[in-house]
Amino acid sequence: MAGSSDLDVADVARVARINLREDEAKIFQKQLDDVLKYVEKLRQVDVTGVDMTGHALPVFNVFRDDAPRDWFTADQALTNASRQANGLFVVPRVVE
Amino acid sequence: MTGNHLAALSIADLQSLLRSREVSSREVIDSLRERIEAIDGDLGAYLSLDVEAAIKEAEHANVDLPLGGIPIAIKDIINVMGQPCSCASKILDGYRAPYDATVIQKLRAAGAIPFGKTNLDEFAMGSSTENSAVKSTCNPWDPSRVPGGSSGGSAAAVAADEAFGALGSDTGGSIRQPAALCGVVGLKPTYGRISRFGLVAFASSLDQIGPVTKTVRDAAVIMSAIAGHDPLDSTSLNAPVPDYVGSLGKDLRGVRLGVPKEYMIEGIDPQVRAAIDAAVKQLNSLGAEIIEVSLPSTEYAIAVYYIIATAEASANLARFDGVRYGYRAENPQDVLDLYGRTREEGFGPEVKRRIILGTYVLSSGYYDAYYLRAQKVRELIRRDFTSAFEKVDALISPTSPVAAFKVGERVADPLQMYLADIFTIAANLAGICGISVPCGFAELNGHRLPIGLQLLGKPLDEARILQIAHAYEQSTEWHKARPPIAPSLSKA
Repeated sequence: MAGSSDLDVADVARVARINLREDEAKIFQKQLDDVLKYVEKLRQVDVTGVDMTGHALPVFNVFRDDAPRDWFTADQALTNASRQANGLFVVPRVVE
Repeated sequence: MTGNHLAALSIADLQSLLRSREVSSREVIDSLRERIEAIDGDLGAYLSLDVEAAIKEAEHANVDLPLGGIPIAIKDIINVMGQPCSCASKILDGYRAPYDATVIQKLRAAGAIPFGKTNLDEFAMGSSTENSAVKSTCNPWDPSRVPGGSSGGSAAAVAADEAFGALGSDTGGSIRQPAALCGVVGLKPTYGRISRFGLVAFASSLDQIGPVTKTVRDAAVIMSAIAGHDPLDSTSLNAPVPDYVGSLGKDLRGVRLGVPKEYMIEGIDPQVRAAIDAAVKQLNSLGAEIIEVSLPSTEYAIAVYYIIATAEASANLARFDGVRYGYRAENPQDVLDLYGRTREEGFGPEVKRRIILGTYVLSSGYYDAYYLRAQKVRELIRRDFTSAFEKVDALISPTSPVAAFKVGERVADPLQMYLADIFTIAANLAGICGISVPCGFAELNGHRLPIGLQLLGKPLDEARILQIAHAYEQSTEWHKARPPIAPSLSKA
């Protein structure tokens, strides 16, 4: 169900692991086509020889001592789990 | 002093009363609680409030510390141990933070009491707080209008005397724009100035925590408490923290202020423009030299932002899958069904839109055209600021092109909503600091709506923009105006 851009909302939603109702996908398609049309203005910019900026300020190679420290215990990490057993998160079976 | 009068004080004034033992920290908590109980049902600034925990902390408050005994409201996207951190999203239903964010640890170390979690656009994605999946927040100056966003709850709470000060987060203007629309002060620090550890990540290369306050001095006090390097955030800067409060009070002689010609565009409300023109004259009369500068890549900032921010969001929000915390769809058939339905049912429309857009611009075949190109244009935007700051100490602009807009006015058209951030977004892309300070009012349908003046500063030059904002504020009366809490909000 592609619109005026190459974006196929239903397809990308599957990749992003979001189930979408058909009516929702239709609305998003129109809205995101508009946004993609707007961002097309970036094609006008001459970026020859320009490096990309990942982070605004130059911070490189941040190291810390490779030393153990106190962190969450397994019990603490599980406090917000919707399902847990034997100190583990419970999820639907992944491997048959 | 009655509760309502106490709640109306600035942090600095409250501090004097606490230190002279004229009021106790417990009385301060009680006054805020009364104020919140009286008006927040209508205002909608808070998502949760743990009065008992705050009272316990108040009883042991050391009022001689920099923020001793002062309650500070926290945007509900920052983890406070034992409290919910919903990000105004259904997907974090039931989640309680098992730890304190670094900013919360620092606030506590300075004696402050984190009190209440404030409303926001879901995962800070929005400019009106209307994207909150929990409730709506109205503008204290006119309840039919939005408070701005995404830190709309923090700004509305401070403006309506439901908080002495608050923390917000700013990814594209989310502290400065709501501060402007609610008539309070909002500071976005330099990227890396404040630790992001414990801030739920939206766009990691743009997010920054900062204060929302009634006065510039209060913003300086909170900044002094929360700034600094944190080994738990590898992007935090290892640079000394200056005395932000000590920098206030210096005059503006010799200060050079730039007015970017690209910022005085069509589409700025005439009343906003008039207020900014008057503010520029006022700063000039205080001794600042006004210089026109150019930021030629300005018109590309919003396009760059909505590629980079959504790309980063699509990766950051992959963690919300129903496995370890928060909402989980019922009776999943398999693990893909668990992910797909949890995220369908747990995320609101704007969050889904941004994840989809971000996934798309990062996908094979489109990465170079969108993401890589946006990162290069981002570099051009950064260079614009670097050259401008060779000529001036700070830049002046409106914070928002319009005063608070009507509830519902822009919801159906995401692009229109995105354009609300036109003056604030470039600062996040360039990593520089910015502050919004009240500079007047627009008159609309019998309501006075606040206008914000934005000052942008060099990286790590927060002390300078605080100094300029303070000099301006102290030479005007705007910060003394309080919202005429509408009849439905005036049960107090």
